[in-house]
Amino acid sequence: MKIIVCVKQVPDTNDVKTDVETGRIIREGVVSMVNPDDRHAMEEALRLRQKHGGSVIALSMGPMQAKNALMQMLAMGADEGYLLCDPLFAGSDTWATAYALGTCIQHLGLPDVILCGRQATDGDTAQVGPQLAEYLGIPQVTQVRAVVEHGAGFRVEAFMEEGYRVVKVAPPLLLTVSSECNQPRYPNMIQIVQAHRKKKVTVLSAADIGALAEFSGLNGSPTRVKRVFVPAPPPKGELFDGPPHEAVEAFIMKLKEYHLVPS
Amino acid sequence: MIAVDVDACTGCALCLGSCPFGAISMVREKASVDREICTLCGACVEICPDGAISIKKADIISSEGKDVLIFAEQRGGELARVSLELLGVGRGLATDCGSTLHAFIIGENLQVVSEKLIHCGAQVVHPVDLPGLSDYRTSTYTQIACSIITRLRPGIVLFGATARGRDLAPRVAQRLNTGLTADCTELSIDPVEKILLQTRPTFGGNIMATIITPSRRPQMATVREGVMELPEPDVTLTGLVKPFAMETPLEGIHEFCEVIHEKRRAVTLGKAKIIVAGGRGVGSPQGFELLGQLADLLGGEVAGSRVAVEKQWIERERQVGQTGSAVAPDLYIACGISGSVQHRAGIKGARVVAAINTDPDAPIFHRANFGIVGDVREIIPLLIAALKS
Ligand SMILES: Cc1cc2nc3c(=O)[nH]c(=O)nc-3n(C[C@H](O)[C@H](O)[C@H](O)COP(=O)(O)OP(=O)(O)OC[C@H]3O[C@@H](n4cnc5c(N)ncnc54)[C@H](O)[C@@H]3O)c2cc1C
Repeated sequence: MKIIVCVKQVPDTNDVKTDVETGRIIREGVVSMVNPDDRHAMEEALRLRQKHGGSVIALSMGPMQAKNALMQMLAMGADEGYLLCDPLFAGSDTWATAYALGTCIQHLGLPDVILCGRQATDGDTAQVGPQLAEYLGIPQVTQVRAVVEHGAGFRVEAFMEEGYRVVKVAPPLLLTVSSECNQPRYPNMIQIVQAHRKKKVTVLSAADIGALAEFSGLNGSPTRVKRVFVPAPPPKGELFDGPPHEAVEAFIMKLKEYHLVPS
Repeated sequence: MIAVDVDACTGCALCLGSCPFGAISMVREKASVDREICTLCGACVEICPDGAISIKKADIISSEGKDVLIFAEQRGGELARVSLELLGVGRGLATDCGSTLHAFIIGENLQVVSEKLIHCGAQVVHPVDLPGLSDYRTSTYTQIACSIITRLRPGIVLFGATARGRDLAPRVAQRLNTGLTADCTELSIDPVEKILLQTRPTFGGNIMATIITPSRRPQMATVREGVMELPEPDVTLTGLVKPFAMETPLEGIHEFCEVIHEKRRAVTLGKAKIIVAGGRGVGSPQGFELLGQLADLLGGEVAGSRVAVEKQWIERERQVGQTGSAVAPDLYIACGISGSVQHRAGIKGARVVAAINTDPDAPIFHRANFGIVGDVREIIPLLIAALKS
């Protein structure tokens, strides 16, 4: 079974602090990490490979630095890493990202299964997975919480507001995996060292995969950012900053005033 | 669309061997592509020495249409609340564009819900009412949505950012080669350019971004439940119900699909009257136990910021904010939560917000009606004690 896992490198949100004045994020010293849901996607891929044999490719589009994310995926157990890296892809929205990843996957050969994380923590759109499936013309199941082998395909459980739904799908297909699906493994030192020694990340450019400029990056993106702004904050509410006992008393008085607790 | 230029084709048949899907055959010594089988992979385009084969991505709909179309979502025959909220914003947008508000709904026995959509502001409802359509299937719903959009040519299409909406909308946007903006918290029409301004919180901090789709149509966006106001139904409103007839056979309608209902513990968050929420400042799972005690005393629910969820101090179902639940309690007590835009996007509907934070300049105090500048670890036990007595 051939599997491709799409991985994104994102800033570690636990580490992101904002500047109170400007509302902007303070980038200094912010570490990058593999998007959390993508680790679950990789875990699921490794589980499938264990059952069916085959190979797992980790694929990422991003700056050179995203090689780190791919190295982590190789340490986890992926066989090969591919980094799609080209200034042409800068400023891609989700449509153009799906185009780039899709073109790259066509270049590498359509696998049996493509796995993506449910969503990325930096944009939270959850769009690239389904858009990639549509680009490649294959079925998708999103927000997957369980994958079970079923005949020549899978029986997949996916989140729905009223519970979950069960669908049966056969390869080729794309799944977006949520964190309920599994517990990602952590590579040990030996695996990390081995990955660095024996496995490699191949860097591909737009020309390598035959991506066209008119569909790539900012140029190919249907959406544009028109304006970025910090909304003017409304005035602060009434603050009690005295000694804790007094503050708590005043706080409870307020709750009573608003009829939120019986007076 | 894949096309063979028969004048350029020399009948060399190189493409035949290149096609991984066996979609090409020679007809009267010219290449002929079976479009049912072809996946538009492009292998033949590359190999053709005469440049006779070309692939054009689906034709872009560049309609002049100004109408607004919303996807009305039914679950087991019940309308999703977010769909009605979309009608609320949609009506405003249609008015600003001088156009009409349409809704389409897919399912079975849709008469009653179609009426309800009209009472909530839809001027034209397009039900696609066929056996087998009550269950959501990606391929079938995508096909139907694309047919409707292609025929109506609306300027704007809105989806709820629900499980179904988030599965469907990106698929449709990709097929129509247009833009899609997720989780908008504000939608309006630019008074000069008359285009849709799609505003959403952006990564990190308290920054908002306004996104536009300048040249492709329709302009598509998703909105989460609870973010826009729910319109009051008005039974005197009238509108047109125009059943939509599919001209092509339904795709994927026989695919196996079953919805299993499952009660979740925290589905009540959206309906809770009082919510005690904690963030990074709470510091530990023990801190959250104290918040739980406070919530119990007040007869409320516990919730958390995304940081609290990421630290596993609280379940993901209880996350409030842009990517969690949007809540509308009478009282929201934010403990050790800074009040990022993403978090505040989830508490727009709260009547009274109170905050406890060590930092007097924390943005949450700008949303709070009142609050305590202090350490939650100290304040919460005091609050519990005071409320008990
Ligand atoms: C696309 C996207 C979507 C997001 N969606 C969400 C979402 O749905 N919900 C959400 O919550 N976040 C979301 N976030 C994350 C959001 O940007 C913030 O990072 C997050 O809300 C911060 O959580 P916090 O307030 O708990 O932590 P922080 O911002 O770190 O704030 C902690 C606060 O606690 C205070 N504090 C510290 N110690 C104490 C103490 N002992 N006593 C009292 N106060 C103390 C500090 O002064 C500070 O104000 C999203 C981010 C992105 C990029």
